[in-house]
Amino acid sequence: MIKEYKTIEEVAGPLMLVRQVDGVKYDELGEIELPNGEVRRCRVLEVNGRNVLVQLFESSAGINLAESKVRFTGHGVELAVSPDMLGRVFNGMGEPIDGGARLIPEKSLDINGTPINPAARYYPSEFIQTGVSTIDGLNTLVRGQKLPIFSGSGLPHADLAAQIARQAKVRGTDSKFAVVFAAVGITFEEADFFISDFKKTGAIDRTVLFVNLASDPAIERISTPRMALTAAEYLAFECDMHVLVIITDITNYAEALREVSAARKEVPGRRGYPGYLYTDLATMYERAGRKMGSEGSITMIPILTMPEDDKTHPIPDLTGYITEGQIILSREMYHKGYLPPVDVLPSLSRLKDKGIGAGKTREDHAGTMNQLFSSYARGREAKELMVVLGEAALSPMDRLYARFADAFEAEYINQGFYENRTIEETLDLGWRLLSMLPKSEMKRIKPEMIEKYWPKD
Amino acid sequence: MMIEGKIFKVSGPLVIAEGMRQANMFDVVRVGEKRLIGEIIEMHGDRASIQVYEETAGIGRGDVVVSTGAPLSVELGPGLITNIYDGIQRPLEAMRLKAGSNITKGIDEPALDRDRVWHFEAVAQKGNLVGPGDVLGYVQETDVIRHKIMVPPKVSGAVLELRSGNFKVTDQIGRLRLENGESMPLTLMQKWPVRVARPYAQKLPPVEPMITGQRVIDALFPIAKGGTACVPGPFGSGKTVVQHQLAKWSDVDLVVYIGCGERGNEMTDVLREFPELRDPRTGKSLMERTVLIANTSDMPVAAREASIYTGITIAEYYRDMGYSVAVIADSTSRWAEALREMSGRLEEMPGEEGYPAYLTSRLAQFYERAGKVVCLGADGRQGALSAIGAVSPQGGDISEPVTQATLRIVKVFWGLDSSLAYRRHFPAINWLNSYSLYRDRLAPWFAEHVSKDWMELTGRCMKLLQVEAELEEIVKLVGVDALSAEDRLTLEVARSLREDFMQQNAFEEDDSYTQLDKQYALMSLVFDFYEQARRAVADGADVQKVTDLPIRERIGRAKAVPYAECEREYAAIRRAIGEQLNALVAAAQAEV
Repeated sequence: MIKEYKTIEEVAGPLMLVRQVDGVKYDELGEIELPNGEVRRCRVLEVNGRNVLVQLFESSAGINLAESKVRFTGHGVELAVSPDMLGRVFNGMGEPIDGGARLIPEKSLDINGTPINPAARYYPSEFIQTGVSTIDGLNTLVRGQKLPIFSGSGLPHADLAAQIARQAKVRGTDSKFAVVFAAVGITFEEADFFISDFKKTGAIDRTVLFVNLASDPAIERISTPRMALTAAEYLAFECDMHVLVIITDITNYAEALREVSAARKEVPGRRGYPGYLYTDLATMYERAGRKMGSEGSITMIPILTMPEDDKTHPIPDLTGYITEGQIILSREMYHKGYLPPVDVLPSLSRLKDKGIGAGKTREDHAGTMNQLFSSYARGREAKELMVVLGEAALSPMDRLYARFADAFEAEYINQGFYENRTIEETLDLGWRLLSMLPKSEMKRIKPEMIEKYWPKD
Repeated sequence: MMIEGKIFKVSGPLVIAEGMRQANMFDVVRVGEKRLIGEIIEMHGDRASIQVYEETAGIGRGDVVVSTGAPLSVELGPGLITNIYDGIQRPLEAMRLKAGSNITKGIDEPALDRDRVWHFEAVAQKGNLVGPGDVLGYVQETDVIRHKIMVPPKVSGAVLELRSGNFKVTDQIGRLRLENGESMPLTLMQKWPVRVARPYAQKLPPVEPMITGQRVIDALFPIAKGGTACVPGPFGSGKTVVQHQLAKWSDVDLVVYIGCGERGNEMTDVLREFPELRDPRTGKSLMERTVLIANTSDMPVAAREASIYTGITIAEYYRDMGYSVAVIADSTSRWAEALREMSGRLEEMPGEEGYPAYLTSRLAQFYERAGKVVCLGADGRQGALSAIGAVSPQGGDISEPVTQATLRIVKVFWGLDSSLAYRRHFPAINWLNSYSLYRDRLAPWFAEHVSKDWMELTGRCMKLLQVEAELEEIVKLVGVDALSAEDRLTLEVARSLREDFMQQNAFEEDDSYTQLDKQYALMSLVFDFYEQARRAVADGADVQKVTDLPIRERIGRAKAVPYAECEREYAAIRRAIGEQLNALVAAAQAEV
């Protein structure tokens, strides 16, 4: 029998203290019944003797110390899953909000998941063609990777994420594909952009949406991404689908976490974020991957907005230490009108090396990629120098590099959100741009490759 | 007597239990029905604070805590190598077979395979008096590691009985009569508490370099066998690649690679790739000399704290056999964060940035376990333990506490720089702020084994790079035209040194590892060109023409020339340098 307690002692911010309870476990899900019959959910943060500290998932408005009842469910926070989730919209706590029929769950899964045994992972190495040159050519995405987009306020990260969701495919395969989308504290307009884009392309039928809008309770944001990942794990590892998870915006998530931490009066780490922010983020990001005994995969694209475009802010910083690279958007490119405005030099995909080359993309990929990077870097340096000293001060070679950098930005980076380039088109474009420079500068490309692919005219 | 307590408080990985007055500090306890593994880290009267190495969801007040009466220990014996363990030495492969692809709670698997049979060859004879560290016999653990079965530390006595033959790790291979007259059974396996350094006879100053095959490291910032180094760098600067390269190519007998709070896929990468790679020294698979400890970032945070100690204790055990061992920890910052998290839960007064006040001393204790030593045992064999730790400073800012505490201890600093990484200059070790305090101490070795002028040549490299940095400042202010012809040449050669010598592609077969003599030849090539070009410029050749010579592209490709063809190709390049420069000089003089 489930006991009910009317011993709420304190409610402060998102926290509530319940006294005189027995048999409550750490991390257990609880329910609070208000005098008007409304039921809200909470989670055990700390058991201390017979006192239990719980964290509310919704607002505390209306909770009455004398009249509200608390009961504990005997299990953690769970999500009911079933293959019928595809095409549905849920709120941040995993309840359907699209007016459709109630889901008949196949099973209920703990939203915290369990760590994947590193000995049971497959190393991600299947090339995903996103149709975006700056990603395919330079920061290649592979199945099972977690590659965040670091953006800033006012930059079109949503367009880029939607473009990837629209165009991404693994060539030569016809496998089951799904998108799990988690809106974490974003505005209605932003969420609506994604939903209507998914509708327009028909992708909505293979998409599961979890929506916590800016107006929804901030504390709910702590569970929203975990709900989404639990759904993704179910689809990937039990239904053998290839799942692309898009979570936007992680910054809102971290702020919700900070709110709880501050309410608990924990010793803060940098900028008031809790010391365990790294571990907490890792338990989400690390759920991406491929593992033995399953055909499916989870590829994750979390989006975060860097406060003040500052990459060293704790949220992008800790994210960068966990994820396998990052795509950074640049305000400068955006102002120039180059879309998608990817800042190529600091962007990185750590898993690209095993996903490219003969048999995967093309044999010349690695060499041209490195050459484009270093040539563009040198071009940028030359341009900076040019700003200070004028063009005349540059050596002829540096002038050439500066021109190369301009052309690279205008053609390679700037492709728009609706152009879908094959990897061959991307690589050929790279060669065409490199041929603005003398052949002898191609130190990063093997001579055989130059022989074979150098544009002939 | 079994000490049993009841849980009073649960807060994340910290559990407080009552009724534990009889338990010892740092005893391992089993928590709750699922028998989660934990360790006592504080005692307050009747209450013990326990850090639990597994996820504590589902634990509540009144659950039982049982003390095992022993500190957190590792099992040491044949079967460690090629294995992958979690932070408290549970075998991940065996756990996968038992529990599937995710790590569930309360799995109990012995670290060493209890069913595997090893062939033991006894060398000690009946009646021999043996002391700590004396070799009883051998087990061929892998193709490259001959595992010495040693008398455990603090034990001495007479051999009553010892047999060669096939044994499991727990089988009795013989008996010792201890000094107090008791008889002690001997097995292939021993246990050792991880938080205690294994003893040795004497510590020695390190004098031999650990050759890594990484040019910028070996030539400019070398590390000694038995030395300590750290690799701080912001994310994306290639820390992990540097660590992997060291694990692959260092000329040590054994590598213990600790993935501490890092990405799961990185450990998988090592696990899948190392068996395929050949050790350049032995020609055998690299996995045959590797032990992996993986406590990835999504695994419980307390076990991350333990993983560093688990790793270094295993490394010390092989050091005690007289091997040269490298411990590579990626990353010590995550370890420090685990420490910080536990400290916060214990409500300790925080030091800088919330880290506990004992951060520095804990780090120092870890790195001090490295060193070149005379091992215990009558044969006086020597072993070395080198420790290399990655540091992940927040925001790439090395003034943060973990980096600063580490720098006070380690002798080599390889500072990674994100601006180099953006230019795809890898390894992105910043030559201006990195240092190695072993350089002078290792000079005699390099003079003897590579070349007499090794130190002079590498010193010239450092100087050239320094001069380049100064010239760059001028160029930024007034442009390259303001420089003299000689300075412009210097800039060009410095660029060549950076691109053609220091940059190294970890993913290209012939470039990933460079032998010392090839490193020397490559450096010489760059300076040969420098010398001759300088003379040519003095003789009237145009600097621009000199820098545009076709031979420079060939110098640029010299690093990727296979080792076998190096000598011929480099001689050819050297000849061509002379010819092309002479032609320039002749043309210039003809114009005049």
